[in-house]
Amino acid sequence: MSDRDLIDEEVVGAVLAAALRNGGEFAEIFAEDRRATGARLDDGRVEDLASGRERGAGIRVVVGDTTGFAHTSDLSRGGLEAAAAAAAGAARGGGGGVRTVSLRPVRAPAPNEVGVLPETVAKADKVELLRRADDAARRAGSAIRQVSVVYGDSRRRILVANSDGVLAGDDQVKTRFAVSCVASGDTGLQTGRESVGATVGFELFRTVDVEQLAEAAAARAIGKLSARPAPSGSVPVVIKRGSGGVLFHEACGHGLEADHIEKDVSVFTGKVGQLVASPLVTLVDDGTMGPEWGALAIDDEGHPAQRNVLIEDGVLTDYMWDWLRSRKQGRTSSGNGRRESYQHLPMVRMTNTYVLAGSEDPDEIVRQTPRGVYVAQLGGGQVNTATGDFVFGMTEAYLIEDGRITEPLRDANLIGNGPEVLRNIDVVGNDFAMGSPGTCGKNGQGVPVGDGQPTLRVAALTVGGTAR
Amino acid sequence: MSELADLAARVAGWARRGEQVEAYVARSRETEVQVYGGGVESLSAAESSGVGIRVVRAGRQGFAYAGSLDLDVVEETLAEARDNAGFATEDDHLGLPEPDGVVPAELDLWREELLSFPTDDKVSMALELERAVRAADPRIRQVESAEWGDAAVETAVCSSTGISAATRRTACYLSALAVAGDAGDTQTGVGFSVGRAPADLDAAEAATDAATRATRLLGARKPRSAHLTVVLEPRVTATFLSILAGTLDGESVLKGRSLFADRVGEAVSVAGFTLVDDPTDPDAYSAASYDAEGLATRRNVLVDGGVLRGFLYNTYWARRAGTVSTASAVRAGYKSAPGIGARAVSLVPGERSPEEILQMVGDGLLVQTVSGVHSGVNPVSGDFSVGAEGVLIEGGALAAPVRELTIASTVQRMLAGVVAVGNDLERLPSAASGVTLAIADVSMSGE
Repeated sequence: MSDRDLIDEEVVGAVLAAALRNGGEFAEIFAEDRRATGARLDDGRVEDLASGRERGAGIRVVVGDTTGFAHTSDLSRGGLEAAAAAAAGAARGGGGGVRTVSLRPVRAPAPNEVGVLPETVAKADKVELLRRADDAARRAGSAIRQVSVVYGDSRRRILVANSDGVLAGDDQVKTRFAVSCVASGDTGLQTGRESVGATVGFELFRTVDVEQLAEAAAARAIGKLSARPAPSGSVPVVIKRGSGGVLFHEACGHGLEADHIEKDVSVFTGKVGQLVASPLVTLVDDGTMGPEWGALAIDDEGHPAQRNVLIEDGVLTDYMWDWLRSRKQGRTSSGNGRRESYQHLPMVRMTNTYVLAGSEDPDEIVRQTPRGVYVAQLGGGQVNTATGDFVFGMTEAYLIEDGRITEPLRDANLIGNGPEVLRNIDVVGNDFAMGSPGTCGKNGQGVPVGDGQPTLRVAALTVGGTAR
Repeated sequence: MSELADLAARVAGWARRGEQVEAYVARSRETEVQVYGGGVESLSAAESSGVGIRVVRAGRQGFAYAGSLDLDVVEETLAEARDNAGFATEDDHLGLPEPDGVVPAELDLWREELLSFPTDDKVSMALELERAVRAADPRIRQVESAEWGDAAVETAVCSSTGISAATRRTACYLSALAVAGDAGDTQTGVGFSVGRAPADLDAAEAATDAATRATRLLGARKPRSAHLTVVLEPRVTATFLSILAGTLDGESVLKGRSLFADRVGEAVSVAGFTLVDDPTDPDAYSAASYDAEGLATRRNVLVDGGVLRGFLYNTYWARRAGTVSTASAVRAGYKSAPGIGARAVSLVPGERSPEEILQMVGDGLLVQTVSGVHSGVNPVSGDFSVGAEGVLIEGGALAAPVRELTIASTVQRMLAGVVAVGNDLERLPSAASGVTLAIADVSMSGE
């Protein structure tokens, strides 16, 4: 199937016409063919090698402010026309009449070349990576009691066509690998995790050494065995480069999505042109940044990916846009219309979101912090865009005492308010790294996203520990 | 329904000599109506179906899935699962379940009237919900979303080892996210109503719930850090119980990833704390007669009067543990092989009403919502730290609202610190139900 188009161009035209028959103002077909392989080694055993395939199309019809949507796994002309009729019925077109759509291909450069397609790699080679990582993690120390290793690849071919004449396709290949370790000591169990992921094929493992990754995960778990409870209360927090992009994803990324803005449920509504962050902060969302985890050639509405500057020197420059929200504002999409699969409506979503490097030596940032917390790895987070309050978890952190990184801390969440935290960033380092691959969840849909930042300090953040 | 069972049986019949084959076939029909500003924002109607196939041969297991029920695709999927089995580690404990004689609970979870409920009426109910939220309080400045959703889900699992089970259930809900504003302050609240048929839903109740939750937080401030007693509202308790149940699955235990591994028979909580997972309870939202491997579900007591009684198992992990399955196999749809999970976990309600619990606690924090659960709770070490919003309790009564705080402890200490279990069992659209639960000596971090 991979060597021919998902749907013939002629069928695309006919289905769009069917979708518009009831007077729809806009119609769109999103077709997808997704293959995925996942392998897990846990407890010393290759438990599962699972593979799957899903194909289908989602059809959207817009009339006024109402969107109708239907999806089908039947990509035949008949199946698609039935879905088109369902979507048109849901949107309740008034008028009628015949509209034909002339399609013009949208060309967008791939964010990067894909070297080795996953389906060309023997399953045995994928499984072998799991074993090497497992061995390396177990060799890392006798305290390591359990190791779980996950390999995953996916190839997602999409076709988007709409009544504005857009016809676009993309072939998105992603590969990821993660190692989780459990260490056991006098104080109980601790965990350590490392993961990598990129918009590439199996060539990921030419540059990623799975044994090193496993050793790092093991070292993290072992290091936390001597961890003490994290502080409770507001302290300065230094976040290591590449570990804290999730802070910006939660503190302001979601709040800059145009759907929240449109409904006035973001603390950043009406703030374009205003200082919303420390002047040290320049924030970018960049779908073209190959081969990062959130990279794409076109978004799931057929719009080419873009590099969008959201905050420049602390001033809010723009929000992120999809087709629906940009149409209402009479502007163009910013290439941020994404969806989990053909079974979902697109929404405004981030791609690769990162803060540009500043000028301070990262070691100096620690030295200039008499007392605080140094975060070397963050987990996920969550935000309430209407209030701006957000949390994110630290999975490797240390105390800073007298300008030095000292004792390891147990896991805890940090909590802050987006606009306050952005203003409270008082030093930004001259280093930079992208972080681990993430899955961003919004209204029940998960999409792959990347994030990154230089080492930086937030002058005051509430650390949710238990230390008295 | 029989169509799915027929297909599953047909696939199971393709098993070759020396091979076990299981097919799990699922079909769901869903509608979702979102309204905004008095009009329909989006209306989605969708049907999806798929198959997940497990093959066990020579002590190795393979799994494959496809989002289609076309016979040629299903055949390809079986071939793929066979191929995948060749790469797994050999393990004598592997093998599909056989019927174990447990009689399935007779549950009536299907409401035909939901399937024939007109789309116009769904739209009307969502619009009515939106209006009711706006009307509930003058400080409601926005309804970010008001939504109708429904689903009709049918599954069939059939294996060459004699398993044959089919389930079907309907569900529908109304849900609203209210945004309250007052003097530049903004707070949000979620309210919902769930049921199996439209008549079960109460838009007014959902609206009041959303509005009350949003408005009572207006003026909330970040509190000073303190150690205090927290009173979890039923929804928060349900979140806590879901985490707890995750540490009580046999797989985590055998893999050395559970903080309760060697503690069966020990007191892990107080006498008033009895935790059960009972999918046979027809009032539980995710009630089911069969688990995801086709075994009849049963009532499993996990903690009895504070004493840890046991863990949840599917077939494989039960064999590894030298015991029998508790029929706790779950799947994330047809795309996943069976894991282990609670379906209907709940505390046995206590004697006290929520008001009596506040009186008893005197001073503390009523927790309305928690956030960052997946990032702040480590189910292996037990470290617990989540973002929270709520209302301070002073002299047994609700006082000032608070926000931007965390509550932290460890799962172990929280269980030992339970001081009251409420009598207010609340059914929720999840695998857990909640009651009001008071826990002493928790760290609240703020200023």
